[in-house]
This record gives sequence, structure tokens and C-alpha cells, in this order.
Amino acid sequence: MSARKPYVRSMDGWWRKNPFFMRYMAREASAVFLAIYAVILLAGLLRLSQGPAAYEAWLAALTHPLAIVFHGIALIMVAYHAYTWWKVMPKTMPMLHVGGRRIPEITLSAVGWAAWLAASLIVYALVRGL
Amino acid sequence: MADTEKIIEIEVLRYRPEQDPEPVLQTYQVPFTDDMSVLQGLQYIKDYLDGTVSFRWSCRMAICGSCGMMIDGEPKLSCKTFLREYYPGKLRVEALAHFPIERDLVVGIDDFIGKLESIKPYIIPREPRTLEQGEYLQTPAQRDQYEQFSSCINCLLCYAACPQYGLNPDFTGPAALALAHRYNADTRDKGWEARQEVVNAEAGVWRCMLVGYCSEVCPKGVDPAHAINQNKVNSTLDYFGVLKFLLPKGAAK
Amino acid sequence: MKRANEPIFWSLFGAGGVLSALLGPILILITGIVVPTGTGMPPDAMAYPRVLALAQSWCGKAALLAVISLFLWHAMHRIYHSLHDLGIHAGAGAAAVCYGIALVATLATAYLLLIIGF
Repeated sequence: MSARKPYVRSMDGWWRKNPFFMRYMAREASAVFLAIYAVILLAGLLRLSQGPAAYEAWLAALTHPLAIVFHGIALIMVAYHAYTWWKVMPKTMPMLHVGGRRIPEITLSAVGWAAWLAASLIVYALVRGL
Repeated sequence: MADTEKIIEIEVLRYRPEQDPEPVLQTYQVPFTDDMSVLQGLQYIKDYLDGTVSFRWSCRMAICGSCGMMIDGEPKLSCKTFLREYYPGKLRVEALAHFPIERDLVVGIDDFIGKLESIKPYIIPREPRTLEQGEYLQTPAQRDQYEQFSSCINCLLCYAACPQYGLNPDFTGPAALALAHRYNADTRDKGWEARQEVVNAEAGVWRCMLVGYCSEVCPKGVDPAHAINQNKVNSTLDYFGVLKFLLPKGAAK
Repeated sequence: MKRANEPIFWSLFGAGGVLSALLGPILILITGIVVPTGTGMPPDAMAYPRVLALAQSWCGKAALLAVISLFLWHAMHRIYHSLHDLGIHAGAGAAAVCYGIALVATLATAYLLLIIGF
């Protein structure tokens, strides 16, 4: 008779065992902060629709130290999302060629990072330029 | 002859189904020189210290894909990993992750074989072709679309790397999907329609979360993450019925 | 094998991912840190009249809807799939909650933008 008894190992704590997986989980966790931020904006829109007093209260709440800390962490997390997004974006595209040579992935990512920087500067200028 | 013989400690995860209720680590003291691979270390153990240790190997030059195992928790080919990198510490050698252990460092790979068969890993001609028509012609750019994916040696390091495969054994997986793409992207092949059922399924490209570790560990530079995610776009275009307008129509000459 | 319906959610995930990868950090910086701490921006950058005018313009409505809605479609897709990574066996119920949040937020945003007027 067969003496085989295949052993299946547990996946418990798989992502804590490798720095690569820790970075992956950090990237995924950025979504939590992005979601909360979007809800904060939605709350602001609600307050805006309720008139100036309600809106001022929302603005005031944003100055609370806990709010500042949240946004500080959210900034780091969502920036990590943006960085990794453009890093992997080339993997969704076919191989591109210019003059018979393959365009390396890092070049495509650099275009994405540059677009991120440009968009950020434009938004800042638009908000600032009263 | 060797005046300064170095000894490295190798921990091997043993599993003998006839006597072990579960795997257990066993330590060996292995003398080595700087040019020795982990595979050679295991061979020393088997030849001189403990003949019962079981492991797969063949070419010892990173082309057959037999010797994949977890070395200090990372999927590697033991013939391509060197003992000197771990000295003076010790190293831990375990069977490839996410596969059932049959014995010691030998895993059951039937699941992968089934998945490989399911993606039809051979050219399905786009149209019938006679000998008189001569050979297919491909431009360098056309070949570049699939060439790197043809380097796969089925070593399964990518499956050991993929946590989605570990969590969901129904996932078709990195190598099988990369090979499906290798054929789909080849202008000689019928392409998408031949393999779309497997690719479009939940267990096809959609299990992938782009962890990306598969591409990190591949010893042949295949980049399965690229093959899979490029096909998420194709699968999406197919879902909305527009892929057929975008696929290259040119018949292979 | 049944064809997956993932492409619908993945498309929304992708759109939200691109938008948040371009605008996410700067919006968080401005609305969450720069303006509340009064540094580097005129004090009335987010004043009521200004923001109301934005929300009443067609461009502003489109931008606000895109940002709030797509950020959430992106985030909830990622959160739903991450539950699995954490060993939580999320089924149809969890999917309904996650995508439900994005859908409710989209509808609420559209409604608010309508009642805010033109």
C-alpha cells in the first residue's frame, strides 16, 4: 500500500515572514486611509450643502490635532500608493518599442511619477491662485 | 589539504510520512568551500552524513527547474544559491512553499501539471499552413512580445512566492498564466480565443493581487506579474466586447 | 469555467487608482495639513464662498464626484480583496458591504451636488 501522506503547511502569518510581503500589506493598507479621506470630503460636501455655519464647523474640525495627525499618516500612505501604482503600471501594458528598442518599465514609471508631480503642482497653483 | 576548512550549519526540514506526524528541523554541520552551492551542500549531507535526506535535482545549472526549495524562507534554486552567502550564520532549507510535502524537500506538483495542461502550452496555428508556404516571418518587435515568457523552466518558485496561490490553491498561478500569454502573444498562434476560458475565469488572472513577488524570485527573468496583469486588461476589454477590435488581425506570413 | 465579473470592479478600481495616484497626496496635503495649519496657503483658500462656487460649477461638480466616488471604488475594491489576505473568508456579504459603501457614497455625492444648486 502507499505510504504517502502529503503534508499541507499553514498560511497563518504569511505576510509577517518576509519584508516583501510587509511592503505589499502596507500598500494594501493605504486603501483604508484613502477611503476615510474620501468620506471626510463627503462629510465636507454635506456640511457645505447645509450652509456656512455647518461648513465652518467642518473646517474647524480639520484643525484638531488628531485630524492633522490622521492626514499626516494618510499623506504618507497615499503617497506610497501613488509611488507603487506608477511603479507597477507598465505591467499592464504590452511591450512598447521605439526605433526597434524596447522601452524599459522604469521609463514608463518615470512618466507616471512625472505626471503625479505635474498634477500636484497644478492643483497647488489652482488652489493658491486666488 | 584544506588548512582553514569552513563549516556551515544547514537546517533541513525533514518529513518522513511513515514516521513523522509533522515536519521537523534537523541540523547538519557541512564543510564547504566558497564555490559550493546549497545543492552541493545537500549532496554532501546525503553522501556523508545522512543518506535518508530526499531532494530533487538534475542539471545543477539552473535550467531544468528541479531543485526549487525555500532557503531561509525565500524560494530559490538550490543549484543557483551559494553557501558562502549565509556563512558564518546558518541556513534553513525547506520544501517549496504552497505545495504539499511528500517527503523532506520533495513536493507534490500534480496541481501545477494540471494547470499547465489547461492553458494548452503549444502553438495552436492561427490558420492552416502548408509546407509550401514556407516558414512564419516575425519582426523583432513581434517576437519581443512573447520571448521572455518562453524562458520559463517550470521550476515553480513563482508558485512558492505567490501568497494568493498559497491562500487559494484553485488559482491557475503565475507560470501557467505567463505561458498562456507566451502563446497568446505569439503571432503564429490563434491567440486569445483558444485560452480565454481559463484566463477570464475567477481562478484565472483575477486571483492575482499584483503582489509581484513571483517576478522577483523568477530565476529566468520571466516576469509572470507582467503577463498576468497585461491580461487583466485583455480580459476586461474582452468582457466589454471590444478586445476583438484591438487584437492584431495580421495573419502570420 | 464561468467568466468572472471582476472586470467591472477592476475598471473602477483602476480609474480610482489613477486619479488617487495623481491627486490623492496633494489633496490630502492641502485640505488636511496646509490649510488647517494655515501654512503656505492664503487663509481663505477653502472659504465657504469659494468652495460653494466650485461645487455649483459644472467643472467643480464633475471633479468632486470623480474624486469622492472613484477614490472609494478604488479603496473598497482593495479593502475587500485584502480581507482575504488577512485570513478573513469574505464572501458575497462582505462584497455587498464594501461595494455598497462606494455605491452609497457615489449616490450621496451626486445628490448633494444637485441640491447645492448651480
